[in-house]
Amino acid sequence: MGILEVKGVNKRFGGLQALGDVNLSVAENTVHAIIGPNGAGKSTLLNCLVGKLIPDTGSVMFQGQSVLGRKPFEINQMGISRVFQTPEIFGDLSVLENVMIACFAKRDGAFKLRAFSEALRDKEVMERAEQMLSDVNMIDKRGMHAASMSRGDKRRLEMAMCLSQDPKLLLLDEPTAGMARADTNNTIDLLKEIKQKRDITMCIIEHDMHVVFSLADRITVLAQGTPLVEDLPENIKGNPKVREAYLGESAGH
Amino acid sequence: MFGLDRKDASLLIVVAALTLLAPFILNPFPEGSSLAQFNAGYPDLMQRFVIFGIFAIGFNILFGLTGYLSFGHAAFLGVGSYSAVWMFKLLSMNVIPAIILAVIVSGLFAVVIGYVSLRRSGIYFSILTLAFAQMSFALAYSVLTPITNGETGLQITLNDPRILGVSQTAQGGIPVTNIFGLEMRSTYQLDVGPWLFQFNAGYYLCAAIMLVAFYVAIRIFRSPFGLTLRAVKSNQQRLNYTGMNAKPYTLAAFVISGMYAGLAGGLMASMDPLAGAERMQWTASGEVVLMTILGGAGTLIGPILGAGFIKYFENIFSKINDNVLHGWFSFLPDGLENFIVGILHPFIGKGWHLTLGILFMLVVIFLPGGLVEGGQRIARWMKRGKASKSSQNTNPAE
Ligand SMILES: Nc1ncnc2c1ncn2[C@@H]1O[C@H](COP(=O)(O)OP(=O)(O)O)[C@@H](O)[C@H]1O
Ligand SMILES: [Mg+2]
Repeated sequence: MGILEVKGVNKRFGGLQALGDVNLSVAENTVHAIIGPNGAGKSTLLNCLVGKLIPDTGSVMFQGQSVLGRKPFEINQMGISRVFQTPEIFGDLSVLENVMIACFAKRDGAFKLRAFSEALRDKEVMERAEQMLSDVNMIDKRGMHAASMSRGDKRRLEMAMCLSQDPKLLLLDEPTAGMARADTNNTIDLLKEIKQKRDITMCIIEHDMHVVFSLADRITVLAQGTPLVEDLPENIKGNPKVREAYLGESAGH
Repeated sequence: MFGLDRKDASLLIVVAALTLLAPFILNPFPEGSSLAQFNAGYPDLMQRFVIFGIFAIGFNILFGLTGYLSFGHAAFLGVGSYSAVWMFKLLSMNVIPAIILAVIVSGLFAVVIGYVSLRRSGIYFSILTLAFAQMSFALAYSVLTPITNGETGLQITLNDPRILGVSQTAQGGIPVTNIFGLEMRSTYQLDVGPWLFQFNAGYYLCAAIMLVAFYVAIRIFRSPFGLTLRAVKSNQQRLNYTGMNAKPYTLAAFVISGMYAGLAGGLMASMDPLAGAERMQWTASGEVVLMTILGGAGTLIGPILGAGFIKYFENIFSKINDNVLHGWFSFLPDGLENFIVGILHPFIGKGWHLTLGILFMLVVIFLPGGLVEGGQRIARWMKRGKASKSSQNTNPAE
């Protein structure tokens, strides 16, 4: 049994079958990549995992518990964090405050009224947040207004927020899209390091094959809402079905 | 100091000094001089400054931090006033129990109204709060007459069954509000040459409570709770995916700001023990929105500045009439004098709302951060002026 078990998930948007009978099993402490052409339903699938969407049919089990019907914050509290395709951060807050919020959520839970203590004097949270920012090489930007940063930095900040929560399952939706080569390589290194140091399972959607083959233990190819193949990276490379569905499409651009 | 960092502590000290010295600061012009009409140092007006300051400080905890714009906060103001007057009628003329009851009852109201209204956000939230407030207003005006005394408003009478106190004074008059015997209306007058300074017990009680309210607001702003509220405003979706339940946080902010409004209402009734339905009307709700935005929503000092600004100009502009204008412009030839007075006429006296509207538009357009942003710009401009001066000084040496 994997840490995440997706069974028979269907999702329709009006006449469009975005997900058709998706089955996915992600083993604990592995990196599972989901690839596929644009519009294949990859983001939709992640949305079904974090409570943003509810599948029409099927089940999604995380550590033996169903996530369906739970609110996004409850699912996060179960140990699932997500990096979005377009960075979702607190633009009006400073970089440090962004990570602090994530740390407070992790330590104090979904709701704890602490209206009379000073946030900046919370040693535990401050240390953790600053450590996390150092890990993603952003400590010198701690006081910056988050909205004023480059897209690549926003992404790294979002990643720092998710990682500061020490999630059991980290979902990454195109984490290197819009990043310069150097930043992409930094991200790969960071994720590799995280993978070695922590008990963490990652589910990563990615277009950059360099990223996918550097990190993934297993790859699922999604096409038109349905998993085409699931296999080891070395087998995916030569698979003719994949070439047709995926590379064929991108060659057509 | 008090768990505040240096910047916040100095802000609190400055505000404390200004409120304590207000009787001097607001009365800079000698009695009887032509400028005396710009004085604002009378008990009644000073009380309004700090009471509306409290109202706006509380409103800012909701609107400034979470971005949820309530158009119904006057309902809590009214509920606070009614509760306080009932306490005077039934229990005692001491203001302490009245104020406590006002805060509790308005808090309970806020739980109910907030719980329902916060099911929606944005404009729908605003409309829901507005609807609730207008409903409360209408109820207070009609159906709830036994509790609110309808159109006339709730007042102290000569036959209130006051448990801890008397229904009438020995002279057969209506007893006055007090705090452990010290009457709210008692005022010490200090004559210094042509100047008159008034130190009113009620004002100082309100001022002390405002300082506490301000201190609590600073603590909330700096707390994890305050940080979370700012996150609600910034990106509620992200907050939910980060594992926090935005709802109870927002509701807590709503209830706290409702209690501040109730406190303000209770203090109003403590200064002048009557409560009318018009206190709940949408214009009163709108006023606190204006105060907060004008001063600077989301800033600590902004709401206090906005409240002071609006209450001051309301008082001054509404007092200026055509005769005063003719006095000012009498040096001009008659035709021109009448022309100018004619042009200014709509902006003064009862027309002062027009002036306020224009001021408000100017601030929103040119200073979206309110008076606080204006102050910051001036400070930056002066700093730059200094810096360029000092660089000029060093240039010749090179
Ligand atoms: N909320 C939505 N409403 C309607 N259609 C949607 C919605 N989200 C996604 N879709 C459609 O579903 C399909 C899959 O989208 P998506 O999951 O974003 O693909 P990708 O694999 O590129 O992440 C697309 O055709 C998209 O237009
Ligand atoms: Mg996508």
